[in-house]
Amino acid sequence: MNQKLPGKNSHVIRFAGDSGDGIQLQGQQFTVASALAGHDLATLPDFPAEIRAPAGTRYGVSAFQIQFGGERITTPGDEPDVLIAFNPAALIVNLAHLAPHSLVLVDESAFTDQRLKRADLTSNPLEDGTLSEHEVITIDITHLTTEAVKPHGLGTKDAHRCKNLWALGLILWMYDQSREPTREWIKAKFAKDPKIRDANLTALDAGHAYGETAELSHVLAQEKIPEAPLDSVEYRTVTGAEGLALGLVAAGELADTELMFCSYPITPASSLLHNLTGLQDAGVSTFQAEDEIAAVCSAIGASYAGKLGVTSSSGPGVALKTEALGLAVAAELPLLVVNVQRAGPSTGMPTKTEQSDLYQAVYGRNADTPLPVIAAKSPADCFETAIEAVRIALRHMTPVILLSDGYIANASELWPIPDFDEFEAIDTRKPTADDPHQVFDRDPDTLGRLWAIPGEAHHIYRVGGIEKDIESGNISYDAENHQAMTDMRREKIQSIVKFLPDQTIDQGVAGSLAVVAWGSTYGTVYQAVKDALRDGHQVAHIHLRHINPLPGNLGELLSEFDTILVPELNTGQLATLLRDKLGVQVKQLNKVSGQPFTVTEVSEAIASLSSPRIQQVGGSS
Amino acid sequence: MNDLASPLTFKDFATDQEVRWCPGCGDYSILKGVQRALADGGSDPAKTVFVSGIGCSSRLPYYINTFGFHTIHGRAPAVATGVKLANPELEVWVVTGDGDGLSIGGNHLLHALRRNINLNILLFNNEIYGLTKGQYSPTSRFGTVSPTSPDGSVDRPLDPATFALGAGATFYARIVDIDQKAMPGLLVEARDHEGASFVEILQNCIVYNKDVFDDVAAKKTAADTQVVCEHGQPLIFGKDRDQGLRLNPQTLKIEAVTIGAEGVTEADILVHDETNETLAHMLVQLKAPTAMGVILRKPAPAFEASYWGARPTERRRKVVELLHTGNILDHR
Repeated sequence: MNQKLPGKNSHVIRFAGDSGDGIQLQGQQFTVASALAGHDLATLPDFPAEIRAPAGTRYGVSAFQIQFGGERITTPGDEPDVLIAFNPAALIVNLAHLAPHSLVLVDESAFTDQRLKRADLTSNPLEDGTLSEHEVITIDITHLTTEAVKPHGLGTKDAHRCKNLWALGLILWMYDQSREPTREWIKAKFAKDPKIRDANLTALDAGHAYGETAELSHVLAQEKIPEAPLDSVEYRTVTGAEGLALGLVAAGELADTELMFCSYPITPASSLLHNLTGLQDAGVSTFQAEDEIAAVCSAIGASYAGKLGVTSSSGPGVALKTEALGLAVAAELPLLVVNVQRAGPSTGMPTKTEQSDLYQAVYGRNADTPLPVIAAKSPADCFETAIEAVRIALRHMTPVILLSDGYIANASELWPIPDFDEFEAIDTRKPTADDPHQVFDRDPDTLGRLWAIPGEAHHIYRVGGIEKDIESGNISYDAENHQAMTDMRREKIQSIVKFLPDQTIDQGVAGSLAVVAWGSTYGTVYQAVKDALRDGHQVAHIHLRHINPLPGNLGELLSEFDTILVPELNTGQLATLLRDKLGVQVKQLNKVSGQPFTVTEVSEAIASLSSPRIQQVGGSS
Repeated sequence: MNDLASPLTFKDFATDQEVRWCPGCGDYSILKGVQRALADGGSDPAKTVFVSGIGCSSRLPYYINTFGFHTIHGRAPAVATGVKLANPELEVWVVTGDGDGLSIGGNHLLHALRRNINLNILLFNNEIYGLTKGQYSPTSRFGTVSPTSPDGSVDRPLDPATFALGAGATFYARIVDIDQKAMPGLLVEARDHEGASFVEILQNCIVYNKDVFDDVAAKKTAADTQVVCEHGQPLIFGKDRDQGLRLNPQTLKIEAVTIGAEGVTEADILVHDETNETLAHMLVQLKAPTAMGVILRKPAPAFEASYWGARPTERRRKVVELLHTGNILDHR
């Protein structure tokens, strides 16, 4: 057992290097190995917007953090126990994140004068005492990798590129995890280039062998992390993008409807388009439109023609789609809009996460144009949230906005594969030839109209963005009719409440402090509340999936608490919504740094609003 | 819907909605031409969709008894692309104007044309913004006096035909709104073209740009001011059929000549080849006479055919299978 990392049930590792070093890949492969070793886990990719940022610069550092272990893991961890840094910049920008006395593993060959300068360093942190708090292992990784792959005859550049797998081999040894999934991955990935394939396999093995044989036992020893107490069902790892893609396929199957996913590339939403492309044989076909507006408009066209249109983007792109959302509301067509939020305004920080499009989703359209908004809380939760969003869109014949964010989209977690047989079918109102209803006869419970489809002669109709008669659907400028249509559109969204399950408390107890959160803060808030309960605080975690409309019992539920704390990665948008819709007073915890909350930040906010109640022992008072 | 026993007439394609264009508007004759084309061509109302944007022209779907979708400004080609991709068996028409299609929606028109998706695009060009009360449009001539250009517009106009050909259109035709005789047949040809067909209709806005096309469209002089292009036929025009188009190899331009004068014979006259893009480029730029009819029609695969051809749709994979597949991107 490593003396510096004594007896912990879970570990946090952070891989860091240049954005061209293959850091994300290294992290993903470690994630797979860790999952197969029976650990629960959560990951946080953290990379710059530049694809190949200038090597060695601070702003070009790409990182991947994973927390894994033998207990329930809900966050990628506040502070890494182990940092693997491939160059001075990667070391220096991540130093502040480290836990005290953590293990720092660096590629010594990268610490040249030139590269220190590139990282704006005037002295070498390996020598100047910067790392005195930590256990440091310097290995000449680049050199050792080059030597190892020499027999394969690669050029210098290609040989150096194998170093991420060398280091991965070493870390896999360190945690006694299997190289097999990575070997399989390399074989598939480089099937067409045997030289590169074999060099990478050699690098992986060489790193592993180094761990086994090197004289490092005084600082680097093999760790055995216990398995997590997982239920005996099948698990998989899932990113948010995968969860959404799978959820959309599932929703199509449940609704017996094909989907058209029309999108335009934008960070960090593009990964969803990538994941869905090629799934047309599973009922989802993708179309890369010429711009954001064309993406939403072609999705609306698909919905008009009888497939469910889905579009995705991030905040700036959703802004461009806004007018078309009004059309979908007016035409009463089903549509799903996925917003993978990023830090803004404007271009902002495309690869950094934020929850600042809640106002845009709930309020951000011209005129009285209400539409439902729901939010996913984790990568795995994207699956059910996508199904729920499609269910609402088809049941009420309305566009729906689904909020994800950059963190959820790229992060991964371990997911017990759901039993698909337990999901209810999704009803649609596609009329048959003998359906006595007119197209705009609305279901009294859902206010959804008939989903009449071109190609069928029995319900030929015309519709558009001009206000229409509430019954016939013909153009109408009648004053009372517009009032009636506006009321109908509002009541339609309100009618969704009837179908929502009661809001529950995720964990904790009513009475004192409620931490009300939404979206990707779930894992962090869960852990902070769990810790607070352990420490004797009277606190509860309430996590919202339905943002608009809010669950019908939420006001009553919140009235059971003295204090409400709303942590969110914006300046207070859910807080505003709760004040607006429920008239409650809330306290805010806000952060807009492009990074998720740490557990510590939420814990401190809880502690500032609550005192632990010490249990009396022995009967004295 | 449409069986041989009782073929539909143009009246079957009218709706019960009151047509609300200004009296004398060119749109009335276009509406009639479209309805006749649908009847003549045997279009099935249940399988036909008219998609429009915003503007006077875009009201047309409300007056045609098929499926219709009046969308938002400039976006009709994008919505129609979604309709056509979702169900390639539908006959999809796009109705737009010079403002809708070439100003706010220029991007979508460009991409619909270059993809060659099988949409029948009718661009009503009246060289003015009608519905917003007469401002100059992207096709308005230099110096057009309007509420937003009281001293004459200084925008250089865009030529819809040059735009379409530049975007890679595979079908371009031009016609005047009042040419009822030719319009139904021309629109049926546009409909039957594989891929995007683009028809520019010179349309008279009687209120804001009255008779702007008189130099071309006036009935009295039409025989001398228009040359009707027919594939395989010499490009001859004129009241007395004695005018023709000849290629001047010195200037590399097409010029109008009189047959019988200065030694010109019919053998000197160009024969129209609608598959020849170079000829099409020259013909659309000709001002006197102005070329009408099908100027370009070249075979090319339609986008939706390539799109679905590359995507086997027979459902094989179920979500349960995907759930048990690792990284989706690694397994396709």
